[in-house]
Amino acid sequence: MPFYVSPEQQMKDKADYARKGIARGRSVVVLQYDDGILFVADNPSRALHKISEIYDRIAFAAVGKYNEFENLRLGGVRYADINGYQYDRRDVTARGLANVYAQSLGTIFTETNKPYEVELVVAEVGDDAETDQIYRLTFDGSVADEHGYVAMGGQADAVAQSLKDGYREGASLASALRTAVRALEAQDSERRLEATSLEVAVLDRNREHRLFRRLSAARIGDLLSAADEGASGGASGGSGPGAGEGGEGVEGADGG
Amino acid sequence: MASHDSQFGRLPGLFASPDTSSFTEFLGSYSPELLPGRRTPPSSRVGDDIPHGTTIVAVSFPGGVVVAGDRRATAGNVIAQRDIEKVFRADEFSAIAIAGTAGIGLEMVRLFQVELEHYEKREGRTLSVEGKANRLATMVRQNLGMAMQGLAVVPLFAGYDEERDEGRIFSYDPAGGRYEERDFYSVGSGSVFARGALKKLYREDLSAEDAGLVCVQALYDAADDDSATGGPDLTRGIFPVVASVTSEGYRRLGEDEVGALARAVVDGRYESPGGPTAPLR
Repeated sequence: MPFYVSPEQQMKDKADYARKGIARGRSVVVLQYDDGILFVADNPSRALHKISEIYDRIAFAAVGKYNEFENLRLGGVRYADINGYQYDRRDVTARGLANVYAQSLGTIFTETNKPYEVELVVAEVGDDAETDQIYRLTFDGSVADEHGYVAMGGQADAVAQSLKDGYREGASLASALRTAVRALEAQDSERRLEATSLEVAVLDRNREHRLFRRLSAARIGDLLSAADEGASGGASGGSGPGAGEGGEGVEGADGG
Repeated sequence: MASHDSQFGRLPGLFASPDTSSFTEFLGSYSPELLPGRRTPPSSRVGDDIPHGTTIVAVSFPGGVVVAGDRRATAGNVIAQRDIEKVFRADEFSAIAIAGTAGIGLEMVRLFQVELEHYEKREGRTLSVEGKANRLATMVRQNLGMAMQGLAVVPLFAGYDEERDEGRIFSYDPAGGRYEERDFYSVGSGSVFARGALKKLYREDLSAEDAGLVCVQALYDAADDDSATGGPDLTRGIFPVVASVTSEGYRRLGEDEVGALARAVVDGRYESPGGPTAPLR
């Protein structure tokens, strides 16, 4: 063995490598609104999704290398379907899925040369905002229990800052979407996002059976202009800065 | 680090097993004991004492299809259950109904539902109507060994075809034969009587509501002549399950809607016990 590399150094190199890969892409935002959980990705592709349905009340959002997170998504669908089939549909939970992902990512991170360059959110919508669950998983398998909003990938810090300023609990879909798009535009100063360059989906607790729904570009456009009218029309609601409760810090792993 | 499989800790094979979007195929490699087709059929023929579901009907109308089933399950000459459900949502745009051994049929329905949803989530698109019908044919065929021992299941599959903007009906035989039916069809013990009624009552310009009414009339006629088919139970408020599939998706008619249809049919039978008469020429 020609060179000795300490385990600390090895882990640090891997983590740096993964972080760099993740920061190269574009951001994804997940936030709660009055009827559920909203997912918004800066993703013009109609075919390659960053946001997907996992089960009745559970959805998945990811950033990083497509083939890697797609592999995790497909495995997650299997996990959910097999558990729902063996037991009952109610027995499939985001917490269970987050654990499986944490195990997988952790093992890959420590035992292979190349860690996965991905970051995930697994979210489950509850009967009210209190019982919504949002888990954020990083490349090394750590899990964080988030509340309110999450930003990941690309210039995640800038996006999170904008979300922190704009996020308001119990916002309507239109105003939450406006907050999310504004946050994604904070990735860099010139960025303007049109409805067609966004991938948007919701877990809507008022729906029946399968709660995941993608929004069409037309619907996104309508919602955004509704939010803008609401704001310029002097309505005090709007999407302006409010007393953002905010998610826990990026590394914060609040047990829950 | 041993094999590639153990990379994924708690659920080996979940991520690494053959890349398929078929849930059944995955189940076969992940936990084969859960697959109905892998079980050894009983060595001798099973008698009548396992509950059997009876009559189901389907009628197409412009823009969709209606599927309905009575609520009776029988075990020999005993009514095993008077409110069993035999018509189910397969996915957003299709319905499945079962006749035959209830336990095996219900398992087939559950597996079929997961199969369609699993494919849809993994591939990001739904299967074509034919794709779904073929998938179901494979499942029926896997049950052939059981069917030979008296545990047959014969489903009826109905879906809305987006390209043609019409409802389509598929029937099966226990060997997995898949047949597309025109206009209407019926399976189960009372199906001979139901089909006779459907033949006289069907017309091409039925509305969705009238197609439902035709189904309830046909089920009444089946119950009239087949002891294993249950008629509308007005005293207990148990009515057939009626569901429609159109461009709007799958919709099961509410208890009040079916109740109104069933009461109309029963009331009509006081006047004319044989039901509506068809013109002679």
